[in-house]
Amino acid sequence: MHLLWAIPALPLAGFLILLLTEGRLPRSVVSSIGAGSVGLAALLTGYVAWQVMSSDSAPFTSSSWTWMIVGEFNVSFRLFVDELSLVMVGVITGVGFLIHWYATGYMSEEEGYSRFFCYMNLFVFAMLMLVMGDNLLLLFLGWEGVGLCSYLLIGFFHKVPEFGYAARKAFVVTRVGDTFLIIALFLLFHQVGSLEIQQGLIFARENMSDASMMNTIICLLLLGGAVGKSAQVPLQTWLPDAMAGPTPVSALIHAATMVTAGVYLIARMQDYFMLSQTAMLCVAAVGLVTLFIASFTALVQSDIKRVLAYSTMSQIGYMFFALGVGAWSAGLFHLMTHAFFKALLFLASGSVILAMHHEQNMFKMGGLWKKLPIPFIAMLVGSAALVALPLTSGFFSKDAILLKAWKSDSEFATLFWVVAVIAAFLTSLYTVRMMVLTFFGKPQSEMHELKKESLWHPNRIRTVVPFGLLAVLSIAGGWMGFEFTSDLFGDKGVHAELHFDLIAFLTLGIPFAGIVVGYFVFASDLIDRRNLIKNKMSELLSKFWGNGWGFDWVYDTFVVKPFRFIAQTRLNRNDVVDLFFNLIKFLANLFHHILSMFQTGHVRWYAFTMLGGLLLVLLAVVWV
Amino acid sequence: MTTALSIPLEHVFFLAIILFLIGAFGVLIRRNIIFMLLSLEIMMNACGLAFVAAGARWAEPDGQIMFMFILALAAAEVAVALGLVVQLARRFETLDIDRAEELNG
Repeated sequence: MHLLWAIPALPLAGFLILLLTEGRLPRSVVSSIGAGSVGLAALLTGYVAWQVMSSDSAPFTSSSWTWMIVGEFNVSFRLFVDELSLVMVGVITGVGFLIHWYATGYMSEEEGYSRFFCYMNLFVFAMLMLVMGDNLLLLFLGWEGVGLCSYLLIGFFHKVPEFGYAARKAFVVTRVGDTFLIIALFLLFHQVGSLEIQQGLIFARENMSDASMMNTIICLLLLGGAVGKSAQVPLQTWLPDAMAGPTPVSALIHAATMVTAGVYLIARMQDYFMLSQTAMLCVAAVGLVTLFIASFTALVQSDIKRVLAYSTMSQIGYMFFALGVGAWSAGLFHLMTHAFFKALLFLASGSVILAMHHEQNMFKMGGLWKKLPIPFIAMLVGSAALVALPLTSGFFSKDAILLKAWKSDSEFATLFWVVAVIAAFLTSLYTVRMMVLTFFGKPQSEMHELKKESLWHPNRIRTVVPFGLLAVLSIAGGWMGFEFTSDLFGDKGVHAELHFDLIAFLTLGIPFAGIVVGYFVFASDLIDRRNLIKNKMSELLSKFWGNGWGFDWVYDTFVVKPFRFIAQTRLNRNDVVDLFFNLIKFLANLFHHILSMFQTGHVRWYAFTMLGGLLLVLLAVVWV
Repeated sequence: MTTALSIPLEHVFFLAIILFLIGAFGVLIRRNIIFMLLSLEIMMNACGLAFVAAGARWAEPDGQIMFMFILALAAAEVAVALGLVVQLARRFETLDIDRAEELNG
C-alpha cells in the first residue's frame, strides 16, 4: 500500500483548517498545523521514496478520481510519481518543511500569522499537484495555484501599496507565460487527443518525426510558459520585485520551488523537446542570456534580497542551459542542490534583515559576523555552495553542467561553455561582494537589540536546526543526491570525472579566481574603489545594470503606457463596442416599460386577460 | 349498459355552460368583492355539475371524485378570500375592488 494521495492531502487539510478558523487559533496551534502538516508530508515522501527505490516497479500511480468528462476528453485526478517527480516532491516537502519551521520564528511578531501559514500550506499543496499530476490539466491547476499563492504572499504586507504593486506585477507578468502554456496544451490535445502526460510522451516517441513543425511550435510555447514561471529573459522582471514578500516566502517560492516549475515542465516534456533541435537551442539560449544578464545585475544591487533574487535567476538560467544542451540529469541535479543552498542563503539573510530593523540595504550593514555568528556561518556555507567551491553540492552540479556543455555536440558548444564560465566567475564576484558588505568592514548602522525571548532570535532552535540541516544538505547534498538524479534520464556519463585537462582545471579554478578578484576589488585597500566608480563610463554601466538592463523601462514605455493611453483616451469612449452594450441596456429598459404597463393593479382586468388567454388557447387547440 | 338518466347529457352541459358564463361575467363586471366571490362559486359549481353529469353518463366514479376535490378547493378558497375581504374592508373601508389598485407597475 502506498499513501501517495496523503502527501498533497496533508497540506490541503492544514490550509482548510487555517482557512476555516480565520485566525482564531492560538499561535502555537497555528505553527503546529502549518509546519506540522508539511513535516508529515515530508516524512511520507521519505516513505514513498523508499518504496520507489526498493521496488523496481516504479513509477507509482495512485487511484484516480474523475475530474471532468467532456466527450472524448477525460481528465482524472491521478497522481504519478517517478524519480523525476520524486526529486521535486522531496525538495518541496523537505526544504518546505524547514522553511515553514523557520517561519514560525521569523513571522512571530507579524500580524496575520495564521493567514501566512494558510497561504503557505495552500502553496505546498498546489506545488505538489503541479509535480505529481499525471495530466497536463492537473499540472496546469497546480501551475495556476502556485501563481495565486505567489501573488498572495508577495503582497502579504498588504498595507504597503508598493508591495501590492509588486504582487500584481508578478501575477500579470507570469500570466503572459501562462497564456503560452495553455495554448501549448490546446495544440497538444489537438495532436495527441489526450492530455495524459505519460500517454502523450509515448505518442511522441512513436508517432512524431524530427521535422514536425507542430512539435517545434508546441515546444516553444511550453518554453514560453516555463520562461514566465521561472523568471527567465524576457519575462524575468517580476522576480526582483517579488522580494517584497516575507523572506521565508522568497526562500520557498522564489528560490527553491515555484520558480523551478519551468525546469520541471521542460524536463517532464523531455520527449517532445528531444525531437526539436530548434526548441532545444532556444532553451539553452534563454538560459544563457538570463544567466549572463542576471549575473551582471546582481553585481551592482544594494538590496541583499535583490542580489539573491538575481542570483536565483541566473542559477535557474544554468538549469535551462543544462536542459538545452541535453544535460537533463545535471540540470535537475542543479535544481535540487540550488534549492538547498539558496533556501539557506535566503533564510540566513532573513535573520540578518530582522536583526537590522528590516533594513535590506547592504551598505547600511557591515561588520555583522561577530554579532550574528550563526547567520554568518549559514551564509558562508550557502555562498560556498553557490560559487561552487570543490566538494560542496553546488560544485558537483555546476561542474556536471559545464562539462556536459563542453562535450555537447552542438555547434555552439564552445561559445556556450565560455559564457557559462564567465557567469560562474561573476557569480563568485557578486557573492564575495555580498558577504563583504554584509558581514565585514565597519558597522554602518545600529543593530536591533537581540532579546533572548524573541522567537526570531538567531540562536533559537527553530532557526538553528533549519540552518544546520540545510547547511549539511548544501555540502553533502552533492554526494548523496548524485547517484539518484543521474539515473533519472539514463545518461550516466555526466559524472564530474576529474580528468586533469585544461577544461577541468578551468572549471575548478574559476570560483577561486572570482573570490581572489572579488577580495581585491571589494575588500582590500589595494584598489581605490572611489576612483573605480568615479568615471562616467562605469557610472552609466552601473546604472544600466542596476535597473536590470532596462527591461522594466522597455515594458513600461512600450506596453504599460500605451495600454493606459488607449484605456483612458477620449477616443475610447462611446465607440462601437459601447454602442453594442448600450443597445442591450436600451432593449432591457424598453421591455421593462412595456411589461410594466400590463401590471395595472385592477383585479378584474387580470381576470379578463386570463379568460381571454384561456379562450385563445382553447381556440388554438380546436383549430390546430 | 343502460342508463337511468332521463335528462339528456347535452341539456346538462348546456346548463353548466350557462352557469359558467353567468359566473364569469359576474367576476368581470361586479366591483363588489363579495359578489365576485359568489360568482366564482357559481363557476366552480358549473364545473362540478358537468363532472357529475359526465360521471353518471359513463357510470364512472371519477366525476364524483372530482366534485369532492372542487368542494375542498372551494372551502380553501373561501377561507383565504374571506381573510382578504376583511383586510380590504379594514384598510380601504370599502368592498370596491377597483379602489385597491396600489400594486401596479
